[in-house]
Amino acid sequence: MRKEMQNEVWTLAEQFDGKLKAVSYELLSRGRSLADKLGTSLTSVLIGDGVSDQDLEALIRQGADRVYVVQSPELKYFVCETYGRILENLIKEYRPSVLLAAATSMGRTLMPYTAVKIPTGLTADCTELDIEEGTGNLLQTRPAIGGNIMATIKTPDHRPQMATVRPKSSRPLPADASRRGDILRIPLDKALVDARTQVRGYRHEDSDTLGLDEADIVVAGGRGLKKAENFNLIRSLAGRLDAAVGASRDAVDRGWASYPHQIGLSGKTVSPKIYVGIGISGAIQHLAGIKTSETIVSINSDPDATLHKLADLAIVGDAFQVIPEIQRRLDEKRRVKHG
Amino acid sequence: MNIVVPIKQVPESSNVKMDPETGTVIRKGIETVVNPLDLYALEASLRLREQHGGTVTVISMGPPQATRALKEAVAMGCDAAALLSDRRVGGSDTCATSYALAQMIKTVGKYDVIICGERATDGDTAQVGPGIASWLDVPAVTYVSKIEEIEDGRVLMERLVEEGYQQISTSIPCLVTVVKEVATPRLPTLKGKIRSMELNIPVYSADDIALDPKYIGLKGSPTKVVRIDTPKVTRGGRTIAAQDDVSIEAAADEFIDLIEKKGLLQ
Repeated sequence: MRKEMQNEVWTLAEQFDGKLKAVSYELLSRGRSLADKLGTSLTSVLIGDGVSDQDLEALIRQGADRVYVVQSPELKYFVCETYGRILENLIKEYRPSVLLAAATSMGRTLMPYTAVKIPTGLTADCTELDIEEGTGNLLQTRPAIGGNIMATIKTPDHRPQMATVRPKSSRPLPADASRRGDILRIPLDKALVDARTQVRGYRHEDSDTLGLDEADIVVAGGRGLKKAENFNLIRSLAGRLDAAVGASRDAVDRGWASYPHQIGLSGKTVSPKIYVGIGISGAIQHLAGIKTSETIVSINSDPDATLHKLADLAIVGDAFQVIPEIQRRLDEKRRVKHG
Repeated sequence: MNIVVPIKQVPESSNVKMDPETGTVIRKGIETVVNPLDLYALEASLRLREQHGGTVTVISMGPPQATRALKEAVAMGCDAAALLSDRRVGGSDTCATSYALAQMIKTVGKYDVIICGERATDGDTAQVGPGIASWLDVPAVTYVSKIEEIEDGRVLMERLVEEGYQQISTSIPCLVTVVKEVATPRLPTLKGKIRSMELNIPVYSADDIALDPKYIGLKGSPTKVVRIDTPKVTRGGRTIAAQDDVSIEAAADEFIDLIEKKGLLQ
């Protein structure tokens, strides 16, 4: 192995059905700034199947100096044990200094599994990453205790320094067609395939399944909507804004929305650019799931709703009047735009 | 079917208060509860036992008072419980914690399925479950929303992932982390409560379960906390009253402006 390939910053790309997920590019923008500060190179690591050369080159255009790729039909779906063995072997061979992954269902499973195998430290759900002056250690900042505190953590004596980062918490770098880099194709060592776990397939339930983790805008409804039919107001506004549909625990428990939409302590944590809470009072359990949103909007007729206090924009009014008005205005805008 | 459920005692979430001076959580006088997400793991375990027989053993790591959380699990119907309590494991990060719990699991006996909550509501990392699986070298299946059946030594499940529900199976022994959807937790029964009061819960020390000092406690934790900050809660928000036609229109305009400014208007 060439010496310059050691102490790199690595980011873990993700694919589904042969398509790279957006988080792969988001991580590269995080990794790029760390690698530049450290004066090292940035490598995107992909384990999967069916990702085209063109897409691999896109990783280079969007920040990577190298791409290490292990592809095989056996790696079509993420299986923790198999991916874990491959990643562990890559780490032991190439000795990166930093390894970042997205805080997705894959990243949050693979990273802790792999960190123990090394063993090394891992920090979950980081919102900020920086390099410590002098030591070059990775400073990893994450919200804890329901977003009430921010803890800054480092892994001084173990390598790689591993962290997961929430999807959508950074923007991908613009593609730069002049960037050049190496794509290193590493053949799958079949002995690493662990056959104990088998993926059988997928089942899709709702039509409005745009991922809460990936959406720029989340529109969420709560008890203030009063009944199941009214939840359609949330779906229709979300559809208009290309937003994901969220729900408070109350709304899910009443059957107005299914569990995958639940935001909060016992549901998902979201960090969209805009979170819109409609008829949501703002129980602390719900707030824990939205605190890292860039902008928070609350629409609620109750002036004392806790969510209003946290919101950047609090609209004290009846959602059944305000939302139709928003939609009417959006229609108007669209008509103007399209003549 | 022998099932082990690692649980955590956490501060009751609605009561968490921060010390504005030190930026740390005020632990004094705070009510503690069983991590709410562990209740789903307990319920899923009890249901598996009802279908397949066997035992459910609940374990935890923490101060001696964590026995209370274990008793609650016994009151729900768990058969046995054990606590790891030792100052030397204090300050463990997720790597060290998962090591200690893996050793506990080996100590309490033969296991088929280990069921964990998705994450603890205080630390919020979701790392300890997969970490335990890694130390034990058993498959880790996370975010399980439904345990369908167990046949021929395999567990058939669905897990909630970004693409929808993934149908997956794995072989026993394995570790599973579950989400809320898996089952609605039962309440403790009177009979269970009486049993939990009478049950003697063994408390192990680090030596009892042969923990290697180099992997436990603050010293054995690869991650170190550098500092704790309390983020400012005030976001400098604007409040608009939308009571009549004019103010409703103004509110709608402001909302659309906000989205437009972020470049998110389609």
